[in-house]
Amino acid sequence: MYKIDTQNVDFYYGDFHALKNISMQISANTSVAFIGPSGCGKSTFLRLFNRMNDLIPGTRLDGKIYIDERDIYDKNENVDRLRKNVGMVFQKPNPFPKSIFENVAYGLRVNGVKDQSFIEETVVDTLKKVVLWDEVKDKLKESAFALSGGQQQRLCIARALAISPSILLMDEPTSALDPISTGKIEDLIHQLKQQYTIVIVTHNMQQAARVSDKTGYFYLGELIEYGDTRKIFTNPEKESTQNYITGRFG
Amino acid sequence: MRKFIEKIVEGGFLISGSVSSLAILLIILFLFKEAGGLFNSPVVEDGYVVAVHKDNPVKHLSAEKIMDIFDSEITNWNDVSESEPGIDQDILVFRFSDLTNYYAEEELGDEFQYVPDKISELVSKEPGIIAFFPAQYVAKDFQGRVLADDKISLGDFFGGTEWYPTSTPAPIFGLLPLLLGTLLVSFGAILLSLPFGLAVAIYLAEIASKRTRDFLKPVIELLAGIPSVVFGFFGLVVIVPLIQKVLNLPVGETAFAGSVVLGIMALPTIITVAEDAMRTTPSAMKEASLALGASKWQTIYKVIIPYSISGITSAIVLGIGRAIGETMAVLMVTGNAAIIPTSFFEPVRTIPATIAAELGEAPAGGAHYQSLFLLGAVLFVITLLLSFTVEYISSKRKI
Repeated sequence: MYKIDTQNVDFYYGDFHALKNISMQISANTSVAFIGPSGCGKSTFLRLFNRMNDLIPGTRLDGKIYIDERDIYDKNENVDRLRKNVGMVFQKPNPFPKSIFENVAYGLRVNGVKDQSFIEETVVDTLKKVVLWDEVKDKLKESAFALSGGQQQRLCIARALAISPSILLMDEPTSALDPISTGKIEDLIHQLKQQYTIVIVTHNMQQAARVSDKTGYFYLGELIEYGDTRKIFTNPEKESTQNYITGRFG
Repeated sequence: MRKFIEKIVEGGFLISGSVSSLAILLIILFLFKEAGGLFNSPVVEDGYVVAVHKDNPVKHLSAEKIMDIFDSEITNWNDVSESEPGIDQDILVFRFSDLTNYYAEEELGDEFQYVPDKISELVSKEPGIIAFFPAQYVAKDFQGRVLADDKISLGDFFGGTEWYPTSTPAPIFGLLPLLLGTLLVSFGAILLSLPFGLAVAIYLAEIASKRTRDFLKPVIELLAGIPSVVFGFFGLVVIVPLIQKVLNLPVGETAFAGSVVLGIMALPTIITVAEDAMRTTPSAMKEASLALGASKWQTIYKVIIPYSISGITSAIVLGIGRAIGETMAVLMVTGNAAIIPTSFFEPVRTIPATIAAELGEAPAGGAHYQSLFLLGAVLFVITLLLSFTVEYISSKRKI
C-alpha cells in the first residue's frame, strides 16, 4: 500500500500539456525529492497532491491520484479535509499578517478547534518541533513579519504541522533563504521524515541528495527517472538524468 | 542644447507646481480671512442699534433673546433673564417703521431732521420700550440707553442651536443644526453603503469570475461619472415619494432620503478602493490559508480582510468624505430645515446645501456672507481631518 499513488496523470493548463502520463508511487514516511529544470512540471505535479491547482482557472486533469487509497479527485472528495491531511510549505515564506501565535493556531481555528488550552499546547509543541520555540517564546504576540526570512519559513512549517497532516509538501522551501537558514530547514526535514511523508521540490541538487530517500527527475512534463536517491545521483539509468545532475544543462 | 531644453522644461514644471500650490493656499487663506470676519460683526445688524429706557437695568441681550422679544415670544422684561431680574414691565417693541404710528409725518420734518429727537422722546416716555432703528438717528442727547454693542462670539457660532441668518434685528448663526444635519446624513449614507459596498468589493475581488468582473467593474465606475444633480433629480422623483409612501411620513424630504442618495453616490468609491485593497493580498497568503484546510470564506474574513484592512478603512473614510462634501443632490432631497435633527425621518439641512442655497442672497461682506464662509471653513477642516486619517491609516504598518 502506497501513501501516494498516481496513475497515468496528464495535466493541462488550457491547451498546454504540462504533465505527460506520470505514474509514481510514494511510500509512507519517506522523503521524496522532485528535481528538474525550470518549467519541467515538478511544482505542478506537487500541487496536484493537495489540489492547489484547482485555484487556477482552465486546468484539466486526466488519470487518477490516490492518497491513502482514496481518489482525491473524486467529485465527492472534501477538499478542505484533504488539505488538512496534506500540508504545504511554499517557496517564499508567507506568514499571515497576524501574531506568531495566531499564525500557528490558524489551521486549528479554521478547522473548528475551540479548546484554547489544546491550541496553546499544540502551538508550543509545534514551535518546539521546528526548533523555533527558543527564539520566539518571548514574543508570541508580536507580528510574524518581524521574524527573519529563515524564521518565517520555519514558522510556516510549524503552521503546516500544527494540524497534524500525514503528508508535507514543500515547494522549493529554501530557495529564498541564506545558507545557514537552509541548513536548519534541512536538519528539520531529516527529523520530520520519521513522522511524515515529505515531498520536496528543489533546484538544489545537493539538497535533494541530502534530504531525500527517493528522487524523481522531471523533464518537459515527463517523469524521466524515479528511484533511490543514491542510485539517481551515482548511477542514473537515463542519459538525460546524468546530464542534468552533472550540471551539463538546467 | 538638449540639456538646456530639459532645464527649461524642468523650470516649467517647477513653476506650474508652485503656482497650483500657491493657488490652493490662497483659496484657503481667503476662506479663513472672510470667515474670521464674522467674529468682528456686531450681534445687532450692522448700522442699527437697539435701545431701551434709561431706567431699564438690562445691559446685554443675546441674538436669541432679541429675536424672542421681537417675535413676541417674550412679552415682559421680567422674563428676559433668569439670573438678573428685570423690571416688571410689558415689553413694547418698536421698529423704525413704526415711527409713523406715534408721530404724524409733519412732525418728523421735511428732511426727517426731527427723527432723532422724536425717537429719543418716545424712548424716554415708554419705560417698557425696546427700540430698533438706524444708528444715524441716535440723538446727541439721547434720552434712552443704547445697548452695548456685543460682537458675535465663537460660542454663539459653534455652540449655537439655531440658524436664522436673515432674522432682524439680530441674525442668529448657530452651527449645530447644520453640522449635525451634515453628520447625520453622512453617517446614514455610510451605514447604508458600507455593508453593500464591502459585499460587492469582496464579490468582485474574490468570488466573481473574470468575465463577471470585466462586466461589473465598468458599470460601477460609470456610477461614479453620473453628475450629482442627476442623482438629486432621481432622488427627488423616485426616492423621496417612495420614502414618504412606504414609511407614511408627512414629507419625504428627510435625512434618510439624503442618506440613500449619498449612499448610492459613495458606493463606487467604496467598492473600487476596497476591491483594489483586497486584490493586493498576495496570492501566496491566500494559498497558504487554503492549504491549511480553510474554506474560501474563512480565507476571506480571516486573511484577506485583515490584510487589506487599511485599504478598506481608506475606502470608508473616502466614502464619508464624498458624502460630507456633496452639495447638489443633498440640497434637492433633504428638505433643508435648519433644525437640530432628532431622527432620520425629518428634514435636515447640511452645511454644503446651506452655502449653496444662501450665498446668492447674502450681501457681500455682511455677517451672513461671512458666516457662510465660516461654514465652508468648518467643512474644509472636517475633510482635512478625514484625509489626515486616511494618510495615517494607510501609512500604518500591517501587523
